[in-house]
Amino acid sequence: MHWLAFVLICATPLVAAAQTAPLKVPATVDTLANGLTLIVHEDHSVPTVSTNVWYLVGSGDEKVGRTGFAHLFEHVMFMGSQHAPYPEFDTRLEAAGANNNGTTNEDRTAYYESGPSNSLPLMMWLEADRMGWLLPTMDQAKLDAQRDIVKNERRQGVENQPYGVSEDLLSPALYPKGHPYSWPVIGSMADLSAASLEDVKEFFRTYYAPNNAVIVVAGAVKSDSVRRIVREMFSDIARGPAITRAAPPAFTVKDTVMVAEDRVQLPRVYLNWHSVKAFHQDDAALDLTAYLLTGARNARLTNTLVYEREVATNVQAFNGSKKLDGDFGVYATARPGKHLNEVRASIDAEVARLGREGPAPRELEQAKNAFESRFLNRLEFASAKSEQMNHYYYFTGKPDGFQADLDRYRAVTAEDIKRVVSQYLTGPRVMLSIVPIGKKDLAATRGAVQ
Amino acid sequence: MNAIRPSAAISLLLGALPFVTTTSSAQQAFDRTKAPALGEPAALVVPRVNAATLPNGITLKVVEQRELPLVQIIASFEGGSRLDGNHPGMATFMAGMLDEGAGKRNATELQSELAYLGASLGTGSDWDAFTVSLKVPVRSLAPALDLMADVVMRPVFGADDIRRQRDLRFAGLLQTRDQPNALAGLAFNQVLYPANHPYHRSATGDSTAIMALDSSTVRAFYRRTIRPERATFIVVGDITLAAARQAIAARFGQWRPGGGTASVPAITAIPVARQHSQVFLVDKPDAAQSVISIGWPGVDRRSPDYAALMVMNTILGGSFTSRLNMNLRETKGYSYGARSGFSFRKAPGPFTASAAVRTNVTDSSLVEFFRELRRIRDTLVSTSELARAKAYVELGLPASLESTSQVANQLADLGNHGLSFEELTRFAASVRRITPAEVQRVAQRHLTPDQSTIVVVGDVARIKVTIEALGLGPITQLPVNEIVK
Repeated sequence: MHWLAFVLICATPLVAAAQTAPLKVPATVDTLANGLTLIVHEDHSVPTVSTNVWYLVGSGDEKVGRTGFAHLFEHVMFMGSQHAPYPEFDTRLEAAGANNNGTTNEDRTAYYESGPSNSLPLMMWLEADRMGWLLPTMDQAKLDAQRDIVKNERRQGVENQPYGVSEDLLSPALYPKGHPYSWPVIGSMADLSAASLEDVKEFFRTYYAPNNAVIVVAGAVKSDSVRRIVREMFSDIARGPAITRAAPPAFTVKDTVMVAEDRVQLPRVYLNWHSVKAFHQDDAALDLTAYLLTGARNARLTNTLVYEREVATNVQAFNGSKKLDGDFGVYATARPGKHLNEVRASIDAEVARLGREGPAPRELEQAKNAFESRFLNRLEFASAKSEQMNHYYYFTGKPDGFQADLDRYRAVTAEDIKRVVSQYLTGPRVMLSIVPIGKKDLAATRGAVQ
Repeated sequence: MNAIRPSAAISLLLGALPFVTTTSSAQQAFDRTKAPALGEPAALVVPRVNAATLPNGITLKVVEQRELPLVQIIASFEGGSRLDGNHPGMATFMAGMLDEGAGKRNATELQSELAYLGASLGTGSDWDAFTVSLKVPVRSLAPALDLMADVVMRPVFGADDIRRQRDLRFAGLLQTRDQPNALAGLAFNQVLYPANHPYHRSATGDSTAIMALDSSTVRAFYRRTIRPERATFIVVGDITLAAARQAIAARFGQWRPGGGTASVPAITAIPVARQHSQVFLVDKPDAAQSVISIGWPGVDRRSPDYAALMVMNTILGGSFTSRLNMNLRETKGYSYGARSGFSFRKAPGPFTASAAVRTNVTDSSLVEFFRELRRIRDTLVSTSELARAKAYVELGLPASLESTSQVANQLADLGNHGLSFEELTRFAASVRRITPAEVQRVAQRHLTPDQSTIVVVGDVARIKVTIEALGLGPITQLPVNEIVK
């Protein structure tokens, strides 16, 4: 059913009530003499506290030959520090009823804890100890141990996972050699093997310093107490060097067609375009575009590929905008008996149509309303708020960026969608087909018209 | 960066304190060589539930939670995949079809309307219940609830929609042939439970059952299962009991479908009781890892050993510092993570200990699994290990009640077993009382490593000989065609 027809014949259209209260996540911001930034948000809904520490270093800061190092270093951070020897980081937190973990992406490494509010001093003590006193207890055995674990993590997500090979192929094909985003966060097996203890020490001294860290504390705590505790525990950690990041090289994408075989039953096609960095003036429109393409059943690609034409089992679009640069991707798995060329042609046709016609008013409104609800749902969790506040602080300079973020989506027009689709999603791109072994004939080939 | 040595810290603190306001002349210097003393954790406060019953049998439970202008509703219907009978996959398929066309709207229109309202609606089934859940900003509750009413009471089950979803499910089944975790799960349940036991077959079905799904059989199943007398509506959020009751009664109060209600069959099939362990291999050629699952039938949710088992399992494989994880991941580096757990359903689900391990240490990993499974039975756990596990379990409870969805899901899950939030308070008290002897008692009673089912999905050419050498038990290879039918 053509999308225009459904608008005319469906049951009485419902009108959504306008957003009422603006989103507010009040927070205090303090910076210590050593450069450490502390953000505190009080939330007394449940007697818990969430802490979220960002070190502003990610895979984008790695050197060629040492890919995967930032994430490997994240693992090493849990191996004990001078006053909290291994495995006390984890045992002490569990004994206080708290959980913890870490995560690395291209731009930052986040360490987070969540637990009863009385456990905050413990969380801060542990974070301070590894920020200031990690190296005295660091040795080759610890590095080797975590290296093996990270290799297992890679095996689990890449080598032993159907379609996992796409992680190794997409970013080097889109971004030029040496570009900070031209390798996957997990890194390569060879580079993981090459990481040395000296690399660990140098990385720590360069990036794991208070002036390169931001702590967010959100929960059933008193701001004054938190500030006092953090000053007490972190003030005597010395500042590290100032970090500068070179802007990545500008580049134009070379239209690329790749094929890889894998142990899969159904072929899958990935399309990847160069787009923009996070909070660029076109970023919000591209986020909405991803929703308009695959965010709901009536989205352009989902409706056409999965419901109407039934050529794909699933289709997913995402706007991967990062600190320094960005990419926009779509991938779809072919239904049994369907060729990837048909899938690719459908995607290209629908994307082009969106670029020509733009979304209908109600369609765009649906996308914005769906986004607003995502914001609301996230506000239910102190842990999600704390991660988001770190994100806003790093990318916009203000931790309470929630309403401003929502506003930038509300401001996007149909013309904006047409413009960004035409500008970013109809030109040269990387196309990767993953096909069953021996079935390269099932791969997508370059179409006549994009 | 040079870290300041602790002995120098004190003089520095006294010398340079730009940010600390001293209120007394004798300032306590912070001693970072010791972990800080913590205050008392807050006592567990469970949400207050207001309950009511509608004349047509619907049970209503309402929790006011005003932090955000949101409402989470879960409509839970007794039954679930346990009712599949001779149609494996029926329960999950029927649940999935509820919003693929309902009232006057087709699948895309329905979701579009819901999303336009800022609402999200999901449908599903587990082994014990069907659920339809709605989350929406409170200002759009009324129209969203109208749509939920269509989904619950007026699903279309159109022939074309059934065919489309059936084909998609079939494609999904095809893909499980290459998914090691899915293969492990399917194989494990097939060999652990006899053919006439509900847990033997996949809740997603097999190809024969899937291709036989059609409008009339799915609709007939719906009529017997999605009914008011089997329904509990849980409403959590920015709403009063009175308003919730009015909203639910207005839409669902007159719902009195004809026909009969399905009974939940007692399970008469007895899971396989092994005399000795048995190994089942599933080939994944060139696999970088082997996915190992070890287990046996467990207990149901109402077992009197529930609290002790939760604590015991936390020590064994239910936390990062658990024995299985510290052994297989941290010490040996064989895996990215190892875990264990009981599936506490209305009928006993399995106990499973599992990990994905590097292929060339498959045999060594099995040795470590059995070492830990035996050690917790043979020796008392230490007081510190036990204290940590008890704290982790008990003190983590408040965090599990933060969001409307968490509260609603927990209430629904407890309700499936005839329990409510008082159970959490009882549970916390039971956990506090657990002793090392209790842990050992339930370990010896409920862990049976010498009568286990062992499933390994991996590169048989590389791992079979080394597994044979362990002498764990007879080895059978299961063809993928037999597991994914």
